[in-house]
Amino acid sequence: MQVYLPIAEISVNAFLLLGLGGLVGILSGMFGVGGGFLMTPLLFFIGIPPAVAVATSANQIVASSFSGVLAHFRRRTVDLRMGTVLLIGGLIGAAAGVVVFNYLRSIGQVDLMVRLCYVLFLGIIGTLMFVESLSAMRKSSAGKRPQRKKHGLVHKMPFKMRFRVSGLYISVIPPLLVGLVVGVLAAIMGVGGGFIMVPAMIYILGMPTKVVIGTSLFQIIFVAGFTTMLHATTNYTVDVVLAVLLLVGGVIGAQIGTNIGLRMKAEQLRVLLALLVMIVCGKLALELLLMPSELYSIAATRAQ
Amino acid sequence: MRARLLAILAMWTATALPAAAEQVVLGLSQNEIAITASFDGSEILVFGAVRREEPIPEGPPLEVVITVAGPSLPVTVRRKERRFGIWINTDAVDVDHAPSYYAVASSGPLRDVLSNIEDLRYRISVPRAIRSVGAPMNIDDSMAFTNALIRIRNNANLYQVLEEKVVVDQQTLFRTSIRLPASLTEGGYVTRIFLTREGKVVSQYQTTIDVRKVGLERWLHALSLNQPLLYGLMSIFIAIAAGWGASAGFALLRR
Repeated sequence: MQVYLPIAEISVNAFLLLGLGGLVGILSGMFGVGGGFLMTPLLFFIGIPPAVAVATSANQIVASSFSGVLAHFRRRTVDLRMGTVLLIGGLIGAAAGVVVFNYLRSIGQVDLMVRLCYVLFLGIIGTLMFVESLSAMRKSSAGKRPQRKKHGLVHKMPFKMRFRVSGLYISVIPPLLVGLVVGVLAAIMGVGGGFIMVPAMIYILGMPTKVVIGTSLFQIIFVAGFTTMLHATTNYTVDVVLAVLLLVGGVIGAQIGTNIGLRMKAEQLRVLLALLVMIVCGKLALELLLMPSELYSIAATRAQ
Repeated sequence: MRARLLAILAMWTATALPAAAEQVVLGLSQNEIAITASFDGSEILVFGAVRREEPIPEGPPLEVVITVAGPSLPVTVRRKERRFGIWINTDAVDVDHAPSYYAVASSGPLRDVLSNIEDLRYRISVPRAIRSVGAPMNIDDSMAFTNALIRIRNNANLYQVLEEKVVVDQQTLFRTSIRLPASLTEGGYVTRIFLTREGKVVSQYQTTIDVRKVGLERWLHALSLNQPLLYGLMSIFIAIAAGWGASAGFALLRR
């Protein structure tokens, strides 16, 4: 069944979009990532104009994150206090990121920067997580419990706060900074930032993986909602028909994904997410390195 | 429908050029294309007859060239080059005038039915329909950019060269069908009919096909431009509602 998208101005298969939304939704619920880093390249691939793809996946992320976070709320695996602290940093970061984004656009290299950001961050995070979680798996299978309670830098800073759900008593500065950095990157890359947030919460803040996912989803709803509004009011590129098709699949997928995620071991979950991140990174890196089949591209000249 | 068609035919006949000895009487299967939610491209049938007061002139037969052009918009064509090991956009050429859609159908090979001079004058063939004022000083192969534009749009079926696709009957009746893809830009699609003999245009006729979004598609498109804040809030509201709905639904299922 073909559906004409009013903003993207192309006609696409509705079932393809439903399936795509469902697939990304499952991953989103499993790993606590919004799925923007998967959805956006997939939409490019089926021929949605990049500007519409970026803006609309932000809207879709709101839906799948909201659906996922409700499931986590019922299981009390959302650290609201930590989420709020991260969110404050995130919104400040997103606002700053928009300024950086507009500067990059004025020098005309925004596409390249977005791609390089993707490759760089996905590459680093994917590799680090993969190595770490593999060694954690080996340790746990050898019968040793992984060492969690380490007293690092995060415990020495001032403004300490108790995060009961996460079982942490740490300074608010590190989560604020994490939120800030993720916010900047999210605005530049047009994603919720979950794939950066999740590892940062595990490895920098030392939060338990089960709490991390719900808290990350909670935070992503607001960052993605903010991004959607920015795109809708400045670029007019949010396609609501496309978003509805994606999110119908996405919200159902997110529910299934959350249930899968709760039945799996934390280390397994992390290895899988790491592999996924590395695959997307590899694909984007290849696109930059290999000679493209079409060297030329057409873009509408913006009326100044 | 039939009555309307006849009325339109009558109107066109009245407004056709009076000076030419041979004039076009034109019919279109659709003179309006509505983009609805299930729009998946459209096929228009262009047909008509040649009206003359005198007998058919001696010499080579009459040929027909039909063009359909979508709204013209300025575009930027960028070229990638390898820098520091990766492929990045380097050179860019602005094309001032490129139709978003362009089809040219002819009764024979375009080169035979239309002389170069006439092509230049009426801007009939695809490269002539694109207007590029000039490339920046540092680019010496600006033709490559125009060719790339044509190639990319050809592959997307946005530019079509339909040679020998116009059927001409006894130098009087002609017809062809032109396929419009799903990715259409809204606006007036200028349809031109040229009658040629020995490569020279002896008569031409022009009309417009209206392509516009209707119903929900139109409403959403207008809302996104006129009330972006409201549109954005609506999008987020839909997202939240769908997320909550799915969660509630699954909670019910589990019970």
